[in-house]
Amino acid sequence: MKSKKNKILNEEKPESRRSFLSKIWYGIGALAGIEVLGISINFLLHSSKNEKEDSSSYVIAGKVDEFKPNSVTPFRSGRFYLSRLSDGGFVALSLKCTHLGCSVGWNETEDKFICPCHSSVFEKNGNVVSPPAPRALDLLPVIIENGIVKVNPNKPMKRKRFSNSQVTYAES
Amino acid sequence: MEKEVKKNNIFKRFKDSIYTRSINPKDDRDKIQVVFQSFILHLHPTMIPERSLKLSVTWGLGGMAALLLFIQALTGILLRFVYEPFPGKAYDSILHMKNEIFFGDLVRNIHHWSGTFLVLIVFLHFLRTYFTGAYHGKRQFNWVLGIFLLIFVVFSNFTGYLLPWDQLAYWAITVSTNMLSYIPLIGDRLIEMVRGGSEVGSSTLLIFYNFHTGILPILILTTMGFHFWRVRKAGGVVFAKEETEADSKLVTTIPNLVFREFVVALILIAVILLFALFFDAPLMDKANPAFSPNPAKAPWYFEGIQELMLHFHPLFAAIIIPLLIVITLIFLPYFQYDSKVSGVWFLSDKGKQTGKISAIVGLIVTPTLIIADEFFMDVSTKLEAIPTWISNGLIPFLIILLLLGVYYKFIKKKFQTNKTETIQALFVLLLVIFVILTLTSIIFRGEGMALTFPWN
Repeated sequence: MKSKKNKILNEEKPESRRSFLSKIWYGIGALAGIEVLGISINFLLHSSKNEKEDSSSYVIAGKVDEFKPNSVTPFRSGRFYLSRLSDGGFVALSLKCTHLGCSVGWNETEDKFICPCHSSVFEKNGNVVSPPAPRALDLLPVIIENGIVKVNPNKPMKRKRFSNSQVTYAES
Repeated sequence: MEKEVKKNNIFKRFKDSIYTRSINPKDDRDKIQVVFQSFILHLHPTMIPERSLKLSVTWGLGGMAALLLFIQALTGILLRFVYEPFPGKAYDSILHMKNEIFFGDLVRNIHHWSGTFLVLIVFLHFLRTYFTGAYHGKRQFNWVLGIFLLIFVVFSNFTGYLLPWDQLAYWAITVSTNMLSYIPLIGDRLIEMVRGGSEVGSSTLLIFYNFHTGILPILILTTMGFHFWRVRKAGGVVFAKEETEADSKLVTTIPNLVFREFVVALILIAVILLFALFFDAPLMDKANPAFSPNPAKAPWYFEGIQELMLHFHPLFAAIIIPLLIVITLIFLPYFQYDSKVSGVWFLSDKGKQTGKISAIVGLIVTPTLIIADEFFMDVSTKLEAIPTWISNGLIPFLIILLLLGVYYKFIKKKFQTNKTETIQALFVLLLVIFVILTLTSIIFRGEGMALTFPWN
C-alpha cells in the first residue's frame, strides 16, 4: 500500500515541490551547524586570558659600569640573564632552554649555563656547548641610553648560533 | 487484586514502580529476572558461560578500570568544592585541603592513587586484550574505542597533573607541552593553543581544569558506555572455542559473576585506601617559573618518551615515533591476519616461545643501547655538517626500522611462525623497549638527567 503510493508520487513528480522543500530544510540545518561551529571556534580563539605583555616596553637593568666585563647577571623577575662579554659588549639572554623550555641556571664555577632538565650547556654568549638543545639561547633586544642598559624581556628572538652583530656596545 | 493494590501505601507503590523484583532472588528464574529488570545490572547478560568466570580469562581488569573511574568521579566531585583553578589560589586551596579539612588529605590521596592505578590498569587491560587476541571480527571496532579510552585516561591524568600548581606540576607540563614545538610549521601555534598563551599561565590552568573536570569525563563516560555495549554485542568477554560439552555450560550472573566482581572491587578499594593512607600525593613548593627543579621530569607515563628524547632528536622522539605507534595501534585489528585465534593467551606454543625470545632480546638490547649512547656515542658532533634532525633523528630512526624489519624476517624464518605470531613477537619487543625506557627514566635518571643509581 505504502510502496504503491510512493511509486505514484515518484512517477508523477520526479522533482516535486516536496523534495525541493526538504532540500531547503537540509540546507538550513547545515547552515545552523556551520553557525554553531563558527561561533564556538571564534569564542575559543578569543578566549585567551593570559595578559598580553607589551612587546615594546624596556626594563632598566642598570648602569653600564655596574656590570663587569666577562660577567653574567640574572634578572629572575624579567626571566633573563644580562651577559657582558669580555670585550665589554652586552647580550641579554632568555632564561628558557631552547630544548624544552626549562629555566637554565648560571653555573659560576664552570662559567656556563646549565639546564637542569636535560643538561644542555650554553656559553656566556648563548651558544650551545653540549646538546640536546638544538640552538642558542633566545636573544632579547638591548639598548644603551646615557650609560644605562635597558632590556626588552618580552620580545625573544630565535637564532641558530651567536654572531658578533647580536652584541650591543656602550657608546664611548 | 485491586483490593491489594489499594492496601499498599503510596510509598510502597512508588518503590514498586521503580523496581518490582525482590532484592533477594531465590530460584534461577528470579535471578535472571533481577539482572534483566535492573538498569545497572543489565550491563551484564542474564547468564554467562561458566568458563568465562575464570580469573585468568580477563583478570577483571576492565571492571577494575570502571570501578576506578567511579572512585575518580566521587573524589573529584569532592575536590571541586575546595579547589580554585587560578595560579594565585590553586596551591593555597590544596594546602587548605591538606591542613584544614578533616580527611581532606585522604580524599586527595585517594584521587591521586586511584588516578595512577587507572592509567596502569587500563594499560594492562589493553595488553590483556591484545595477548588474548580479543580484537578480531566483531571486536575490531571495540579495540579502537579502547585505544581512545586509553588516550582519554592518560590525558585526564595529564591535565590533572597541572592543577596543584606546584613546582612538580608546573615544570612537568612546561616540559611536556614544549615537545609540541618540534612539530614543523604548526608547532609554535599549537603550543599557544594548548597553553592559551606562550607560557604556562592562568589560561593554561583554566584550559586544563576544563578538560580535566568537564570535557574528558564526558568523553570517557560516553565512550565507556559504547565500549560496554560493544562487548555485549560481540557476545561477552573473549574465550577459546568450545571443545567439550562442559565448555558450553551456562550459569546465572547472580551470584556467580556479581559476587566475584564484588570481591575484586573490595580488594581494589582496600589497596587504594592503603596507598592513600601510607603514601601522600606529592606536593612540592609553589610553582616558580624562574627556577626549574633538578631534575625536571614529565609525568611518569610520559617518561618513556622523555628518555627517548635523550637519544633522539625531539621531532622523532616526541612526535613521529609516538604518533606512528598510536596510529598503528588504532589500525592493528584491520591487518590481514592469517590466523585469528581468540581467547588463547599468546596464541599458541610457538607464540609463547617467540614472545619470550622477544622479551629477552628487548631486555638485553635496550639497556645496552641506552648505556652505549650515554657514554660512547656522540654522532651529532661527528657529523656536524648535517642538521641534527637528520643525524640524530632520521638516520637512527631508519636504522631502527630496518633492524625491526630484519628481526621480523628472522623470527618468521627461524621459528616458522605465521603472520599473527610474528606481529605478536614484534609487539612484545616494542613493549619491553617501552617499559625499560620508562623505568630507566623513572628510576635511573638523577640530577641533570644523568644515569645514576637511586641508592647513591
